[in-house]
Amino acid sequence: MEKKGLPLGGVIPKGGTAHDYSTGGWRKLRPVIDKDKCTNCLICWVMCPDSAVIAEDGKMIGFDLDHCKGCGICAVECPDKVKAIKMVEEAE
Amino acid sequence: MATLKELSKQQELLSGGHRLCSGCGIPPIVRLILRAANGPVVATTATGCLEVGTTIYPYTAWRIPWIHSAFENAAATISGIESAYRSLKKQGKLPGGDKDIKFVAFGGDGGTYDIGIQALSGALERGHNFLYVCYDNGAYMNTGIQRSSATPMLSNTTTSPAGKVIPGKQQWRKDLTRIVAAHNIPYAAQASPHNWADLSKKAEKAMKVNGPAFMNVMSPCPLGWYTKPEDSIKLAKLSVDTCYWPLYEIEDGVLKITYKPKEKKPLAEWLKPQGRFKHLFKPENANLLEEFQKRIDMEWQRLLDLDGKRL
Repeated sequence: MEKKGLPLGGVIPKGGTAHDYSTGGWRKLRPVIDKDKCTNCLICWVMCPDSAVIAEDGKMIGFDLDHCKGCGICAVECPDKVKAIKMVEEAE
Repeated sequence: MATLKELSKQQELLSGGHRLCSGCGIPPIVRLILRAANGPVVATTATGCLEVGTTIYPYTAWRIPWIHSAFENAAATISGIESAYRSLKKQGKLPGGDKDIKFVAFGGDGGTYDIGIQALSGALERGHNFLYVCYDNGAYMNTGIQRSSATPMLSNTTTSPAGKVIPGKQQWRKDLTRIVAAHNIPYAAQASPHNWADLSKKAEKAMKVNGPAFMNVMSPCPLGWYTKPEDSIKLAKLSVDTCYWPLYEIEDGVLKITYKPKEKKPLAEWLKPQGRFKHLFKPENANLLEEFQKRIDMEWQRLLDLDGKRL
């Protein structure tokens, strides 16, 4: 956003601009999905605080690593019988 | 009620890239509430984590019209917006015709139980058509974990520090859901994000009623609870299974418990993983833990006695 010509009153004219801001750098652990195990129950999708689980046509297709902060809620909440998500060190 | 598959096909109205903490309990609540509107929705938030974290200028995570005014007046702000909408609609001046718009105010426990309660009470009494959602994480987390009237008894906060003088907060928390219900509004409920289906169902009901609706939602806070970010949803579930945070609704004056744990877990199971209750597990404080459990048992029994009854 340009410095000059900002709208008055702290208005942000376009919604969802936080999408342009990366919070992926906060991450220490990265979620990795095993799609062979995943049942597309979408629990990870609904519980993600960072809207960083990508669902398409009702299926979990991966993570938005630009925004995932690596909290690990998805891995913990993935049902016990499935456990398709594990957290790995970012360096791996 | 929509399934997760159906919900996932709706547009995401809260984008990633917001600056709420890793493992924060608030965004899953907001995402579910906004989806329950299932159409145009306008929101306001009281000053607090959600407001600060989602709208660091020049960024906003909201993909809907959203406004922040002040700490104390989220309910008054949404009242004004809703009144303007009704007036313009009546005059035929509403751009886009007479589409049905939902109005939601979000506030933390500080902005709702304490600072915003006057505005909230006023808006409820005036009968505006809106939903107020309180995300209750049990302290002023945004400013550094000061106690609020929602803080659980014996919790360690920076303004009720557990030490030699006191063992954490001395007072029992305010029962805001019952205070709100005493305004005789059409719908009030308590929910928790771990039970997304229950939360969604309540949000849908709350959006449908004609008049004010209120939801008090448990919101785990890794920062202020001194817990691991990955455990947030698990802790929300424990708060319900230990009956610290019962899930119930009050619809047209009739109270209904929407979830009864098959086996009521000991309160210690919820307290133990939280650093803010660490001192309660010292041998000399065993009596405090017992006292806390007794009070929870009493509150739960009181609720059971009211189940299915008209208040």
